[in-house]
This record gives sequence, C-alpha cells and structure tokens, in this order.
Amino acid sequence: MSGTFIGMPAFPKAAHEAVRDTTLRANLRHATHTIRDKRAVAVAELADWAELREAGKQIKTETLHSLDTYLVQLEEAVTAAGGTVHWAADAAEANQIVTDLVKATGESEVVKVKSMATQEIGLNEHLEAEGIRAYETDLAELIVQLGEDRPSHILVPAIHRNRGEIRDIFTSEMGKWGREAPDDLTDSPVELAEAARLHLREKFLRAKVGISGANFMVAETGTLVVVESEGNGRMCLTLPETLISVVGIEKVVPTWRDLEVFLQTLPRSSTAERMNPYTSTWTGTTDGDGPSAFHLVLLDNGRTDALADEVGRQALRCIRCSACLNVCPVYERAGGHAYGSVYPGPIGAILTPQLRGTTSEVDASLPYASSLCGACYDVCPVAIDIPEVLVHLREKVAGQGGKGHRLEKVAMKAAGWVLDHPGVLAAGERAASKTRALHPRKLPGPGARQWTESRDLPELPAEPFRDWWKKNRT
Amino acid sequence: MRVALFATCVNDALHPSTAVATVRLLERLGVAVDFPAAQTCCGQPQFNTGYRRETEPLVHRMARAFEGYDHVVTPSGSCVAMIRDNYPRIGSKARAEGRGDTLAQASDSLVPRTYELTEFLVDVLGVTDVGAYFPHKVTYHPSCHGLRMLGLGERPRRLLEAVKGLELVELPGAEECCGFGGTFAVKNPDVSTAMGADKIHHSLSTGAEVLCGADNSCLMHLGGMLRRQDAPQRALHLAEILASTEEEPFA
Repeated sequence: MSGTFIGMPAFPKAAHEAVRDTTLRANLRHATHTIRDKRAVAVAELADWAELREAGKQIKTETLHSLDTYLVQLEEAVTAAGGTVHWAADAAEANQIVTDLVKATGESEVVKVKSMATQEIGLNEHLEAEGIRAYETDLAELIVQLGEDRPSHILVPAIHRNRGEIRDIFTSEMGKWGREAPDDLTDSPVELAEAARLHLREKFLRAKVGISGANFMVAETGTLVVVESEGNGRMCLTLPETLISVVGIEKVVPTWRDLEVFLQTLPRSSTAERMNPYTSTWTGTTDGDGPSAFHLVLLDNGRTDALADEVGRQALRCIRCSACLNVCPVYERAGGHAYGSVYPGPIGAILTPQLRGTTSEVDASLPYASSLCGACYDVCPVAIDIPEVLVHLREKVAGQGGKGHRLEKVAMKAAGWVLDHPGVLAAGERAASKTRALHPRKLPGPGARQWTESRDLPELPAEPFRDWWKKNRT
Repeated sequence: MRVALFATCVNDALHPSTAVATVRLLERLGVAVDFPAAQTCCGQPQFNTGYRRETEPLVHRMARAFEGYDHVVTPSGSCVAMIRDNYPRIGSKARAEGRGDTLAQASDSLVPRTYELTEFLVDVLGVTDVGAYFPHKVTYHPSCHGLRMLGLGERPRRLLEAVKGLELVELPGAEECCGFGGTFAVKNPDVSTAMGADKIHHSLSTGAEVLCGADNSCLMHLGGMLRRQDAPQRALHLAEILASTEEEPFA
C-alpha cells in the first residue's frame, strides 16, 4: 500500500474489497463501537450538551461569516507577538513555504505534531522529495508512517490495525528510522507504548524544527491551541528552535471565551474524555521559553470555495472530533481508506468533494457513500447537517453528468413523467403484477443486478393498492 | 375530520397489504379514510439521488392531491421525513433561484398536515391500544427516518406492547441503519449488504418470528435478504400487525 491517496478508485470499488477483509472488519467494529459507546456516556454527563452544541455551531457560523476580518486580526496579533504569518492559496504554495522555511534553518529533519492540514497537503512526501525527513510523533501516525500505510481515521489514523499488526510493524520497521524495537517486543499496550517512547525520545531531543497544525487559533491574541492525549505534541511544540504551524483558515475563533465551548465538546466527542490530557497554547515567541522562531502558514486549499456554497459551507464548522466516523455504519464496514482522502467517514464525504472538487472518480462517488441514516448529524458537536450536504453535493455530481449519471438522469426523468401520470403508473403496476410468475430470482441490468445479488425482489402482489381501493371502497 | 391516506409508491405497487391494513385499522378506529387517486410518489428517491429539479413536479402533485384534507396519513416514516425536511428546502431553493413561491407554498400547505401512521394514532387519535391481536414473537427495527428525523420515540413500541398476544423482544443494535438507503442499496451494494447482513444477524438472534418495521423500503431490503437465506423470520409492516384482530387475524 502506498502512502498517498492519488488515483484511488471510486468508493464502491474500494469498499468492495474492504467489506471482505475480515480482520479489518473486526478491528473497525471493535474500535468504533468502543469509542461510540464511551462518547455517548461522556456526552450524557453534561446537562447542557444541547446548548453547548448550539453555541459551537453559532460561534463557528458567525466566525465564518466574517472570516476575512478575523484572519486579518489574527495576522496582526501573531505578528505583534513575534511570529510570522504566511498565506498559502493551495497545497503547492503551502508545501513550498514550509520547505523554504526548513531549508533556511539548514536542517534536514523535522518532528511533527499530529496534523490533518499537513496530511491534506501531502507535506511529508513533498519534504522527502526535497531531502528533508519528517518524523511523525503521534503514536498512531508513527504506526502509519512506519508501515508505509495511509491514515484511515482522523483521530486514530491506525484504527485499522490491531496490536499484533502494530508489534510486527515496530519490529520490522523501527530500526530503519532510528532506535530499534526490543527483540522480545510483545503486543501488550504497555510494551508497544514504551518502544514508541524510546524511539521517539531521541527524535525530540535532536530536532531543531517542529511542524504542527492547530485545533484553534484565537484571533484576539494570536494564540494557537493544540489538544492531544500523549504529550508528544507538546514535545514538538516546545523543544525545537523553530516551530512552523500549518493551519486551515477555518480554524480561527474570535476570542479565548469561545474556547470554553470547544474545550468541552471536542474531547468528549473525540476520545470520550471530560478533558484531554494536554492542551498547549502559544502566542508568538517568548525569549528563553520555547521556539525562538514561529511561522504560521494559513492554508486555503479549497476552503474559500466551500465557504461560497451556502449549504456546503457548514462543513467548515468541523472541529475534527471524529464522532461522525465512529458512529457511521458505512465507515465501520468500508474502512477509512475507501474514502480516498485523509478525511474519511461522513465528514470526509462532504469535505473532500468541496476541497478537491468532484472531477475524479473517487471524489464524485463520495457524496453517495452514505445511506443518509443521520447518525452523524446527531453526534456532531457543531451540528453539521451532513445528510443535507451530501444530498446537496449529489445534486452537483448528478448535474455534471459523467460516469453513470447520464443514463441515471434519463431514467429519473422517465420515472418522473410516469409518476406525474397516475394512469400510466397504474397500467405499469398492473402489467408487473400480471407477469409476476415469470420474474426470476436474480436479474441482470443496472440496479436490478446489484439488488438481486444479495436480496430477493419483493413478491409482487396480485394487484396494486389503487385497484384494491377502486374495487372495495368506491 | 377529513383524513387522506398517502399510500406511497412502494406500498401501492409492491406492498398493497400495508396500505389495505392502514385503511382497515383507521376505519376500525372510527376514522373515515379517503385515497385521492392523483397521488403517486413523494419524490424521495429522485431528491436523495441528486435530482432536485426532477422532484419539483411531484411536490406540486402531492400538494394538489391532498388539498382540503385535515390530515394526510402515511405508513412510511421516510416519506414523511422527505416531506417534512426536504419539501421546505426545495421551496426555499426555488425561491432563491428566482423561480417564485409556488413550491414553497405547496410545501407550507402540506407539511403541517402530514403524519406518519404512529404519530397519527398516538398524537392525533390519542390511542395506543388499537384492539389488535397478533399471537407471535416480534422484534422491532425503528428505521433511521422514524428514529432520528421524525423522532417517533416510544410511539411504535407503545402500540406494539398493547397488542394482545404479542411478545415484543429487544432488537440488539436497533438504532443502527439497516443499509437500505434508497439508491444507496444499488450504488454501494457491498456495504449495503454488509449492513443488512448484520441487522438480520441481530434480528435472527432474538428468536422472533417477525421483524417488524414502520417503513416498507427498509423491510423490502431486509425481507429480501431473509427470503434469500430461507430464514425462519419474515419482515412485516407495523400496520399489518395493528390491523390484525381476533375476528380478522393476519393472514
């Protein structure tokens, strides 16, 4: 498996393989159900959860409405605090800015805090091509990196791996990147964590450049916030001389006061904790305390396009908690890789097609990768109506034609005409009922074949309801 | 009180027994029901597949067909959710596109009068014991639209619990989607089937003879899988259980 998502097949094709992988299915079922149940308990503890959810939605909505104002305020505050702000329109620009900044330090390696934005732009691959080695330091990201794998979950990117698989990866790969795993490493969580700790420690102590993302940026003070569980992020944020943070422009909040809401809803929604173990905040630079140089790269990369869409823009409220992934029945069975993006699951199905467009096969298939069951909307801590956006994006995909949708449109129009002519509909229903003895169990043709592969067709009735009504009630 | 039945296209063509049961049940409870023949489909399959404009004529048709009725009752949670959640969106999008108010008016007129069957029974008629008799072991799948979009809550369960002879058993993982999802079932057949297989595994684990639901589209998917496996369980709409009595038992 390669480390990038480029050239992914459409979701149904990728999922076709995934649902047959019994190890993957077992890993995902166990992990998602465990987090799902814990989250429900953590959320139920708060009597004012509905109000917090609504407040989070309002704060994000109003911030996005005046995003230009808050970003300029943020830039002024970061600059005043000793940081430097860079604006990147797309992934290429962001990668170039970061590469130039690292090269200017004379270093050829960096340590990384877990970051979705840098995954999104493929920063590690870009740095590698420029001769700079990026070390992931989040435990799960380390597993993905060592396994030359792709992340399959926003919060727990190695969710598709079980302990035995992780032990094997550590044993065979750690030595290639630095300190080897112990020879007698077992799959006990304590031993695995200790092996990772020793492996990473030498990277923390050596690195001169750290790269991060951020969960929030506070416009009024220019403060960045990273929430995490392991403390490895804090190592990267405090030990290096230079810190470079790549952050999506939608991560800004106006004031510290706003964090009151999100620092309650984010940990409970993501890890089901009342409070995450490490919350790091930093404002520019401080002499003799932490990095002496701080660069903030503000990333657009399709976000202003999403912002222009009145229905789709709500996806930018996302705080990357992953609750929607953990509750999603489709994600649970197809796995994260099928989504062909670093943003899998329901939020990925609405975010990716907005950030990347819907021209590729996989991106055009993502809005359809949902049964619209609504479980994602229920758990979203910023009340993103994911089903609404999915259907909205389906309209865009259907409108652009393309594979499968031209015929579908003809069929929809034909069905629409029949349904607008009840007499014709009734005649069709009668014809189907009369020939019911002739219908086979499995049918060919688009739609019918996919249906009858695993399910019998309904047994057709002797007559449609409207004929019963005519005979018995009129 | 003028009450109309919205049978839905799925029930009209494929499951008329559910619509017949709804008529018999309501008549038994003293409600005179009408079936306006101009009705066809609410447009949910088209809308949810991305064909909003193709859905618009059906919104008009629905509003015209049910004009003048105090209540429009339908034995389908997903069709009610389509009307309640999406007709207003169709109306406001048309307005935003400068195509007038007629769709919004059609939506405004129909939405407040539309009821899912268990809502109508419990909220409007105020009954939970409908005098039904069904001596079988039953488990209930709540279906996503009824559970999450409409918030039917305990209504179906209260109705089932009052049925004489019926033994209601808990369905494990009841809140999880069955995998039907309209065109999802054919656009993503592998995931849909995997979800359905898990639902049926849970359903069969209860030992129930009947898997009951309030949405025949989900039951068409689950029932089709049960029949394919020759499983000792059948899918059956709630209305057919509630219509069954000691004098006229379910056939």
